[in-house]
Amino acid sequence: MKISTIKELLGAKVICCADELDKHVYSACGSDMMSDVLAYVKDQAVLLTGLVNSQVIRTAEMMDMNCIVFVRSKMPTAEMIELAEECGIVILATDKRMYEACGLLYSNGLHGNRVKNV
Amino acid sequence: MSEELKFHFVVDGDDFTSAGKASVQVKKNLRQLGLSPETIRRVSIAMYEGEINMVIHAGGGVADVTVTEEYIEILLSDKGPGIKDIEQAMQEGFSTASDNIRSLGFGAGMGLPNMKRYTDYMDIKSTVGVGTDITMRVNI
Ligand SMILES: Nc1ncnc2c1ncn2[C@@H]1O[C@H](COP(=O)(O)OP(=O)(O)OP(=O)(O)O)[C@@H](O)[C@H]1O
Ligand SMILES: [Mg+2]
Repeated sequence: MKISTIKELLGAKVICCADELDKHVYSACGSDMMSDVLAYVKDQAVLLTGLVNSQVIRTAEMMDMNCIVFVRSKMPTAEMIELAEECGIVILATDKRMYEACGLLYSNGLHGNRVKNV
Repeated sequence: MSEELKFHFVVDGDDFTSAGKASVQVKKNLRQLGLSPETIRRVSIAMYEGEINMVIHAGGGVADVTVTEEYIEILLSDKGPGIKDIEQAMQEGFSTASDNIRSLGFGAGMGLPNMKRYTDYMDIKSTVGVGTDITMRVNI
C-alpha cells in the first residue's frame, strides 16, 4: 500500500516528508508501548500510535520504519518533526481512534506482521 | 577494518527526551562502515532498549561500543539500583516501571527480552545498590 493511500483512508494530515508519500509499505503495527513495537521487526513499516514524545520517532528510526500515524488528533512537537525529517519518516495525523484506524488499514489490505525476526 | 573501532557515550539520566541519542549515533556510525541493514538494526534496537533502561531505571550511565571484524560489542554500565532477580527481569512482561514511565511508552517488560532476542550473546552483571553492567554482542 502506498503511504498516500494510508493518508486517504484515514483522512489524515501530512505533517512532514510529503515527498515520500509514493513509497510502498507492506505491514503495520499499532501500539502505545515502544518495546512492544521493537519486539516485532520483520518489515514493520508503519507505526500507529497515540503516544506523543521523541521516543516514538527514535523507535521508528531504530526499526527503519517509513511512516508514523498519530491517532486521536495527537500532534507531534516541533522537535519531533525535526527528528522525523532528519531520517525521512513521514508523519501523518488523523482524528480517528486507534481501533478504527488500524481496522481501516487492515481491511484494505495492509496487514500486520507478527513474525519475530532474529 | 583491521583495527578495532570504539565509541564512547555518556547517557544522561535526567533527560528522557534525549534518551536514545547514543543509539542513533551508533546507527549512523555503523551505516558509514557499510554493515548490513539487518546487523545494524539488531545492534541499534538492542542498544536503544539498554539505553532507555539506563535512563528510566538507573539514572543514566555510560555506553561503550566496539566494532571488530567478527562482532559488534555493546557495554552498558550504570550505578543505579541494580536488578534483584535477573531471571525474573528477563521474563517477557515483567516490569517495575511506574505509571509515569508507562505513560511515556515504556514499561511493557519487553526491553531485556528484546535485547536477548536481537543479540548473539548477552550477559548481565548486577549488584543491588551498586549498579548494572550489561554486555551484548552481535556477530557480523
Ligand atoms: N539498568 C537497570 N537498572 C536497574 N533495573 C533495571 C535495569 N534494566 C532493567 N531493570 C529492571 O528490569 C525490569 C525489566 O526490564 P525491561 O527492559 O525488560 O522492561 P521495562 O524497562 O520495565 O519495560 P520496557 O522495556 O518494555 O519498556 C525493569 O522493569 C527494571 O525493574
Ligand atoms: Mg526496558
